[in-house]
Amino acid sequence: MLAVEVPTEKWTGKVHEVTLGGSNGRKGVTVGGATTLPFLHFEGAMPNRPVVAIEIQDKKPDDWPPHLISAWGDVTADPGAWAKKAVEYGADIIALRLRSAHPEEADTGADEARKSTDKVLSAVDIPVIILGPGVAEKDNEVLIAASDVAKGQRIALGNCEEKNHRTIAASCIADGHVAIGHTPLEINLAKQLNVLLCDVGLSTDSIIMDPDTGALGYGIEYCYSVMERLRLAALGGDKMAAMPMISPAGAESWRQKESKVTEGVPPSWGDHVERALSWEGITAVILLNAGADIVVLRHPDTVTLVKATIDKLMAT
Amino acid sequence: MALTGIEIYKFLPKTNCKECGFPTCLAFAMKLAAKGVELSLCPYVSDEAKQALEAASRPPIRLVTVGAGDRKIEVGNEVVMFRHEKTFYRPPGFVIKVKDTDSADEIAKLVGEVTGYSVERVGMELKLDGFAIENASDNGENFVKCVELVKSKTDLPLVLMSSDPAVMDLALEKVASAKPLIYAATKENCDQMVELAKKHQCPLVVSEPAGLSELAELVARVNDAGVEDVVLDPGAREFGHSLTALTQIRRLAIKKSFQPLGFPVITFPGEGSASVEEEAVLAGQHVAKYAGIIVLDRFTPGVSYPLLTLRLNIYTDPQKPIQMTPGIYEVGTPKPESPLCVTTNFSLTYFSIAGELESSGFPSWLLVCDTEGLSVLTSWSAGKFDAEKIAKTVKEFNAADRVSHSSLILPGGVAILRGELEEELPDWKVMVGPREAVDVGGFLKQHWAG
Repeated sequence: MLAVEVPTEKWTGKVHEVTLGGSNGRKGVTVGGATTLPFLHFEGAMPNRPVVAIEIQDKKPDDWPPHLISAWGDVTADPGAWAKKAVEYGADIIALRLRSAHPEEADTGADEARKSTDKVLSAVDIPVIILGPGVAEKDNEVLIAASDVAKGQRIALGNCEEKNHRTIAASCIADGHVAIGHTPLEINLAKQLNVLLCDVGLSTDSIIMDPDTGALGYGIEYCYSVMERLRLAALGGDKMAAMPMISPAGAESWRQKESKVTEGVPPSWGDHVERALSWEGITAVILLNAGADIVVLRHPDTVTLVKATIDKLMAT
Repeated sequence: MALTGIEIYKFLPKTNCKECGFPTCLAFAMKLAAKGVELSLCPYVSDEAKQALEAASRPPIRLVTVGAGDRKIEVGNEVVMFRHEKTFYRPPGFVIKVKDTDSADEIAKLVGEVTGYSVERVGMELKLDGFAIENASDNGENFVKCVELVKSKTDLPLVLMSSDPAVMDLALEKVASAKPLIYAATKENCDQMVELAKKHQCPLVVSEPAGLSELAELVARVNDAGVEDVVLDPGAREFGHSLTALTQIRRLAIKKSFQPLGFPVITFPGEGSASVEEEAVLAGQHVAKYAGIIVLDRFTPGVSYPLLTLRLNIYTDPQKPIQMTPGIYEVGTPKPESPLCVTTNFSLTYFSIAGELESSGFPSWLLVCDTEGLSVLTSWSAGKFDAEKIAKTVKEFNAADRVSHSSLILPGGVAILRGELEEELPDWKVMVGPREAVDVGGFLKQHWAG
């Protein structure tokens, strides 16, 4: 008999564990803790399964394609009702995007952010992520308001960027939250932001990183390799690369033409719904294989599919 | 595993006789390590050294060819575990399964559709690669008829799936010249399948689900019997199992130069999935994690398009980013009064700005300049994205004929080019756009009246 001895890697590092929720009546979800590359159970542990967050918005999105909107029905008008529905659809975490705060949208401020955050926190007892509109100054304003409302609930606040990291980190420290550090597709920038966040006093159990996501067909290969390299660095012992990773796979997929456009496309693109769901599902599963610990999704059917996939990848 | 120059040097005569054409044995060794010359140039190398060096220079994963002609599938020859370490070289073949229990009409229709399927992306035509014909009827005559039917409708490579060597032989009699992949040699039929592979000169799948040791054992038996072109089926079907098995096989081949498993792997994502959506994501995982041939149970364009796109992405050489062909691209359905934006031909830059324009609600014209695949700031600092280049591109592609206005939107990162560009293009008004693609929607809302 040819005895095959499978080479295993002797990793010295470990991904930091980060818990969202878990106090004051809110259920807890812990991510990270892996001592192996994704799902390679034969050589290390993955004590916490990767999880699925469902993205909801603080007002009905006007740029989502009809079959994505209709999958949710009337609840999109109210973030509390939407969050509840998302729990029914299997969300491990609710990711509320404060879209109205964007200067190009309603440009709402701290008051609105408080209201929406409070609605979601009261509606569900699972962990919550609050995402600002993605404009650093505005993120500062609304995330700090959300942080205050959610004091003691251990939510995650994103995006925290180099520009606004001091204020967001301070808010996380004061109110007991987790910061989501976002950097543009570059390993050293991701590590650098982690260093900056630690320097201002945030501990490694309170940082999640978003090293940037490109959807399938829109740079996924870069983001796949950046995530894979960050995870390899983490397992190799680099503590500043060892933060759990989050990927907005849903938002990135659904803004692309392949997901949005229903008519006037080549017949080889196939059925629109099938294509759009595959686009989101493949983007998410590929990035889970690269090391994502949280994927933020939009369509309920993709949530079901990706959760079933995670179950199978976690089975030993 | 490849040897370094120093390791090779140890095997050479170390006489510096120069007969190989190099001044020293060490120089020759270095050239050998870089695969720039053949060992046979050295007249004095010993047989023992020759053997050791040949074994070391053998690729860790054998290159296996399925099919013949222009569309043959060539897989193997991979050298890394992670694409960022170098690149993944040979994209896996997608083959669609056909069952001999289906009606002739259904089969003819499916084969026609799959063979003709083509989808365009970044100027490339992406296509599916072949058919796996399954002897689901367990009837030899049906199988042979089905194989002949498929062959009459396509030139794409075939995988023949039957566990019965007698049936396989009949089918091979008809199509062996097309070099189909034989599926599969198992513990039970190994010797007969090996004979068929030799007789018809076709590659052979070795299938053994009991474990990697058992699989390696069977492959060694097949190799010893004289069949070198092998594809592995470790039997693992589901997400977790196939990830583990394919990762272990790849590691054994690349890190341990373990020859019995140094072959491409065939996967069956449809068998490990409960639905067509699940099959799609599992096939996607197999693209990234080490499959050589992927058999899909169902053909549907809405799934083929994302899978072909994923394969293109994952197998892009990280050192040579995909470049867009320079020209004027339409984002949405632009009109003559729509905005005209300038960008570089680095695909990621293009996709960032095109994606943002797409979601901005402003159909636009996007003028792509040839910056040799570099991004805005990199190409500007390398002198490949300057006023002269932009002006030349504007003229070359007759941008003025597309739009009814004369405004050109420049990436904010190269605002400095504005003055010079206005001198180069006196008929145009140069607007400075935002630095980041993500802000272009807001910019247009604010500054684009038309």
